[in-house]
Amino acid sequence: MDTRVPETGVQRPVRKILDAPALSRVIDRIAHQILEKTDGGTNTVLLGIPTRGTFLARRLASRIKAFSGLAIGTGVLDITLYRDDLRMRGARALEPTEMPDGGIDNKRVILIDDVLFSGRSVRAAFDALADLGRPRAVQLAVIVDRGHREFPIRADYVGKNLPTARAETVKVQLAEVDDVDGVILVPAESTPTPLDGESV
Amino acid sequence: MNRHLLSAGDLSREDALKILDTAEQMATVGDREVKKLPTLRGRTVVNLFYEDSTRTRTSFEVAAKRLSADVINFSAKGSSVSKGESLKDTALTLHAMGADAVVIRHAASGAPHRLTQWLDAVVVNAGDGTHEHPTQALLDAFTMRQRLGRDLDGAKVAIVGDILHSRVARSNVQLLHTLGAHVTLVAPPTLLPRDMQTWPAQVSYDLDAALGDVDVCMMLRVQAERMTASYFPTVREYSRRYGLDGRRLALMPKEAIVMHPGPMVRGMEIAGEVADSSRATIVEQVRNGVSVRMAVLYLLLTQDSTGQGTA
Amino acid sequence: MSWLIKNASILGGEQQDMLLRDGVITEMGKDLQDGEAEILEAAGLIALPGLVDLHTHLREPGREDAETVRSGSRAAALGGYTAICAMPNTNPIADTAGVVEQVLRLGQETGLVDVQPIGAVTIGQRGEHLAELGTMADSAAQVRIFSDDGHCVADPVLMRRALEYVRAFDGVVAQHAEEPRLTEGAQMNEGEVSSQLGLAGWPAVAEEAIIARDVLLAGHTQSRLHVCHVSTAGSVELIRWGKQKGWQVTAEVCPHHLLLTDEQAHSYDPVFKVNPPLRTAADVQALREGLADGTIDVVATDHAPHAAQDKECEWAQARPGMLGLETALSIVVQTMIETGLLDWAGVAERMSITPARIGGLNGPQRRGAAGGPIAGHGRPLALGEPANLTLIDPAARWTVEAASLASLSRNTPYQGFELPARVSATFLRGNATVLDGKVQL
Ligand SMILES: [Zn+2]
Repeated sequence: MDTRVPETGVQRPVRKILDAPALSRVIDRIAHQILEKTDGGTNTVLLGIPTRGTFLARRLASRIKAFSGLAIGTGVLDITLYRDDLRMRGARALEPTEMPDGGIDNKRVILIDDVLFSGRSVRAAFDALADLGRPRAVQLAVIVDRGHREFPIRADYVGKNLPTARAETVKVQLAEVDDVDGVILVPAESTPTPLDGESV
Repeated sequence: MNRHLLSAGDLSREDALKILDTAEQMATVGDREVKKLPTLRGRTVVNLFYEDSTRTRTSFEVAAKRLSADVINFSAKGSSVSKGESLKDTALTLHAMGADAVVIRHAASGAPHRLTQWLDAVVVNAGDGTHEHPTQALLDAFTMRQRLGRDLDGAKVAIVGDILHSRVARSNVQLLHTLGAHVTLVAPPTLLPRDMQTWPAQVSYDLDAALGDVDVCMMLRVQAERMTASYFPTVREYSRRYGLDGRRLALMPKEAIVMHPGPMVRGMEIAGEVADSSRATIVEQVRNGVSVRMAVLYLLLTQDSTGQGTA
Repeated sequence: MSWLIKNASILGGEQQDMLLRDGVITEMGKDLQDGEAEILEAAGLIALPGLVDLHTHLREPGREDAETVRSGSRAAALGGYTAICAMPNTNPIADTAGVVEQVLRLGQETGLVDVQPIGAVTIGQRGEHLAELGTMADSAAQVRIFSDDGHCVADPVLMRRALEYVRAFDGVVAQHAEEPRLTEGAQMNEGEVSSQLGLAGWPAVAEEAIIARDVLLAGHTQSRLHVCHVSTAGSVELIRWGKQKGWQVTAEVCPHHLLLTDEQAHSYDPVFKVNPPLRTAADVQALREGLADGTIDVVATDHAPHAAQDKECEWAQARPGMLGLETALSIVVQTMIETGLLDWAGVAERMSITPARIGGLNGPQRRGAAGGPIAGHGRPLALGEPANLTLIDPAARWTVEAASLASLSRNTPYQGFELPARVSATFLRGNATVLDGKVQL
């Protein structure tokens, strides 16, 4: 994939959508919603989709613990080998897939991702889940839903709905990998056309 | 990463580590109930084996099938190949069939290089003559990393036996050097190339002296045809001077491991008690072969034609 | 027909006109006039006596798909040659009067160059029993050079006998120096590159051991030894030593050994597979110096055509050998003239005069096509001498295209190389075989 920044075109400024305190409030709100919709988090596990979903799942678990005292199980679900666009995107380094203690069979699994866009990542996650066990139900939590769905998929928990143009990119930034917390919108001129909603 | 895997020397340190790290994730698939990934669905991998090697062919076959690729075994026996078809014509046939990858084992050094000149598919060298066997070196490095529990920077590896005719040695010397290990080649002078100043390895004729500070001792098989060609006087003398027995195992540091790419000749280059000891990694090497080959097929078949992957 | 060649630079020196009539140079000088002769303006061209190749493989009889006497003759004429010596490793082997006479006749029928057959030393080139050397010498082909080329006459007793026996008819044994046990399965020069590529090594010592032995045998028997395709620095030293002893030892080097090294094998493309193999840069340098100082007497092509299927395969399966006739002069210009090691007179010496003398092709002019030995080659460009000559454009540069060579085969190692100097015209006994770089047949 070509990741060069085009040299021509008007450089429109990167737009800040959420700052650190706002992102933190969004995560808190989702944690509350999860507790409400899952009967206090019983029989529920969080599975983060790398890279940022992994850290979001951990943050949500820690907020849930703070609000209710419940130590909710978390894990990591790497979906790279299930993607249907590998030939266009190129080989990627894999991240470990880690199941929560007690596995996922008969659990309510909540997939955690940063941005929901075409829905392809989530579709790949369904396939990966099916090879790893048999959950009782699967839900989806995302920080940003930016529209442009290509699959009949919707999120159960959404931090912010953000209408975007296809060529724009939404980045959720987390201190664990990006040094800062926040959400930004990168204009089309300074990035290539994204093939998917996953943050770059 | 290059488009093909022909020589371990073509791998940069970054490439090699990426393959080993990917292989670690692939290894977990073998522990799952569903031992299959959809990654290479609809892609065709051809196993083109001109030499019998059930072990390597099966390893590639399992690796490709775990990634859902269609696998065609094109063995020299009972095919047009045995009827005198040239490598070039076979390549053109595979090209016409739309093979995405060709895994080739051939008695002629350089046969995989030639193949790349005649077809579009990704070519993986599964052992060519006395030249190279890069996936063997990768699985050896994977096994070392696993057993030693660390990266191979500074690791001391002795490779013992018929270096002159060994494709395993050629690939290992290059890959281990790339990964920062120090390699000592141990053999009688008759079984070492005469000119090897550019090889990034030390040479020793004395096995006892080489074993004192190794982390890994890799034993190579001596093929039967060498035994009658005066490379050494007798099997007994070879075994006495260059075989790994219990006494020599005791000379090695306690955590040091014993490797062998197989097939072994027990009682010749390796004593039965050493092969069966907990220090030996021979069975793990076979298991790791599948993970490493899954990683290689995945990484080569999902990069674009310029050899660029992302991430 | 007569030709008036205007303003050719003789051996790269003074410009002169030459009138060729009835196969002879009948006039030489400035501003020659002749009302009947065809005029060839040769200003800027260099005139050399027609080149002579001591080592050509023509593949006929037996492998007419790779080369015929006719196609090889075309290639030779284009390369500036007026005489070539055809190696006997055909099928059947040229080890009898019948086969050498067949090759001679095929050469005469084509008529572009004189084709002098070389006879095998041993029956079937098997290295066991002497072939009927005297019968071949007495045949119409009047064979003087004997060689098992492709194989070494490895048995020291057999080699001694051959050297002695051919003295009776002033013959010479041309040895392919390769100790067979030291080269079993050998694929390329034994060295750093072979150790990396995992290709079995062909050690320099396998050549040098035979040359050392044969030089001593030549001294012992006081017979004539010719060493084919010398390829190592050590061989040059041994031959230099033998010559210092005053023994009758001559040697040839091939153009590819003057230019290419074993590094070419990294491609695993067998177009670079040849026997003896391409060696190291140090060997190349020693060969150039040996050719310059006369230790190596001649350049011979070892022109070895092979059909596509014998090269488009694995390295180990491929047959050794390279095309050479059409590129030899350019390679010599690049490696010897452009480096200042030889001048044009030196090139004439090593590619025409000396090879003709070694092969016994430099007798006085032969009249007519039939009867008598092949003669008139490698003689000076002077009044009354046979009109066997070639005109070279030293300023030309050309790019080698395998597909446009005259040879039936395509196995040139120089595909895509840009080379200096080009043969513009070649005359055999006053007849133009090549004009304007095109063969006249
Ligand atoms: Zn020869």
